[in-house]
Amino acid sequence: MSSVLYDAQGPRAKQRNILYTVLFVLCAAAVVWWVYDGLAEKHQLDWIKWKPFFTSSQPWETYIWPGLQSTLKAAFFALIIALPLGALFGVGRLSDHRWVRVPAGVVVEFFRAIPVLILMIIANAVYSEYTNINTDDRPLYAVVTGLVLYNASVLAEIVRAGIHTLPKGQGEAAKALGMRKGQTMVFVLLPQAVTAMLPAIVSQLVVIVKDTALGGAVMTFPELLASVRPMAANYGANTIACFTVIALIYLLVNFALTSFASWLERWLRRNKKGKGTAPGGAPETVGTPSLVVDDGRAV
Amino acid sequence: MFDFLKGYDLLGAFWVTVQLTVYSALGSLIWGTLLAGMKVSPVPLMRGFATAYVNVVRNIPLTVIIVFSSLGLYQTLGVMLGADVIDDINFRLAVLALAAYTAAFVCEALRSGINTVPVGQAEAARALGLSFTQVLRLIILPQAFRAVVNPLSNVLIALTKNTTVASAIGVVEASYLMKDMIEAEAQLILISAVFAFGFIVLTLPTGLILGWVSKKVAVKR
Repeated sequence: MSSVLYDAQGPRAKQRNILYTVLFVLCAAAVVWWVYDGLAEKHQLDWIKWKPFFTSSQPWETYIWPGLQSTLKAAFFALIIALPLGALFGVGRLSDHRWVRVPAGVVVEFFRAIPVLILMIIANAVYSEYTNINTDDRPLYAVVTGLVLYNASVLAEIVRAGIHTLPKGQGEAAKALGMRKGQTMVFVLLPQAVTAMLPAIVSQLVVIVKDTALGGAVMTFPELLASVRPMAANYGANTIACFTVIALIYLLVNFALTSFASWLERWLRRNKKGKGTAPGGAPETVGTPSLVVDDGRAV
Repeated sequence: MFDFLKGYDLLGAFWVTVQLTVYSALGSLIWGTLLAGMKVSPVPLMRGFATAYVNVVRNIPLTVIIVFSSLGLYQTLGVMLGADVIDDINFRLAVLALAAYTAAFVCEALRSGINTVPVGQAEAARALGLSFTQVLRLIILPQAFRAVVNPLSNVLIALTKNTTVASAIGVVEASYLMKDMIEAEAQLILISAVFAFGFIVLTLPTGLILGWVSKKVAVKR
């Protein structure tokens, strides 16, 4: 394989590559051995600690599946509520009226600047102080509220960016047809913006799923991560095994979502090309240029 | 009105937040740059390793990584990172976990920065006879870094906010103190406002200053 960063490899370069590969493998092997040694010394690799996950359905039924259900439930509610709110604030920031634009902007910037965990803790305290939601449901409410406040403001930015990337002719044509401002937004701009931004929205869902774990670690929300402690206590301190299984489940769920997002992106780009509206003449760059620039927001 | 602040070390807690941010930012910048270098390198194994690392770490919650560093690394395997007081151990574990997590995002940001460098730059460098590491070190990365100041500032802001997760393993930073204060004091709204303001003070200037820097240093094309 060659790239613009290096030439097609001659015999000497190939030898050098083999040398680097060997050195890298040696380093990796040293690290793996160090980890293996540490784990074996503390008896974390004994079959008895891993057995429950393979031989019985009990850990899956008692701890993992209920935890995963809570995780997915919180993520689902958060997305369902945050999406319309985000669209509302995104459109609000584009309003012609100053008294709508400025408050919408302040709210979005405010909630984007504050950590989700802080929002969750505050929501939890507010619910216990001013409402009579019972103690079992309160963590779920607090987690979903925190996630909604933060992600609605992120989604608002995504929607706003989506509307900005639409060709100016779309809004002008709608105006020429005699549509009102509201009609232009609802029937012309918003549907196109949301379609174009679908990959970004699905990527945001990964962030939501990851952030539900905060509820388990800091509040008493019984989600996937929170099931580690009782599980490890029940099966003889197999902490490492439990974490491995939990991490793999998060990995699978989020990897499925990420793959879906990039498939969506490819699909949308292909459809666009068919209609011949793709912006042409992008300069050739090192590596393949991607449609969505990774601006580090989805951390 | 602000009597409830007496007896709490508010500035101290935010100072811990700042320290967590700075140390993890340095660590993740170094590790992330190395990963980005591996990701575009001619050695297939290194490319594979960097890709796998980024994909795995990006899809696992930071909370899981941080809680693992305490429950798994420290309590089960006895990793102490050269500290002997529990507070120091937790702090260092949190920095390690935050840096390992954030490095994946630094790597991705840098790679998208490498993508903005025109092909001609790399071709000209190779025509002059520069080796891969020279091309990367002297030609590509300096231009890439100038292009990614903005994405990196977003990563830094996210990192600042992510340091709150360290409270899950008992590092006494801002959110830990806030939880304590909410439980002990009655002024819920005021306490919330104080801490929200604290984080806005930390994150807003970062974005503004680095946004200005990114305009200053951007390569005109």
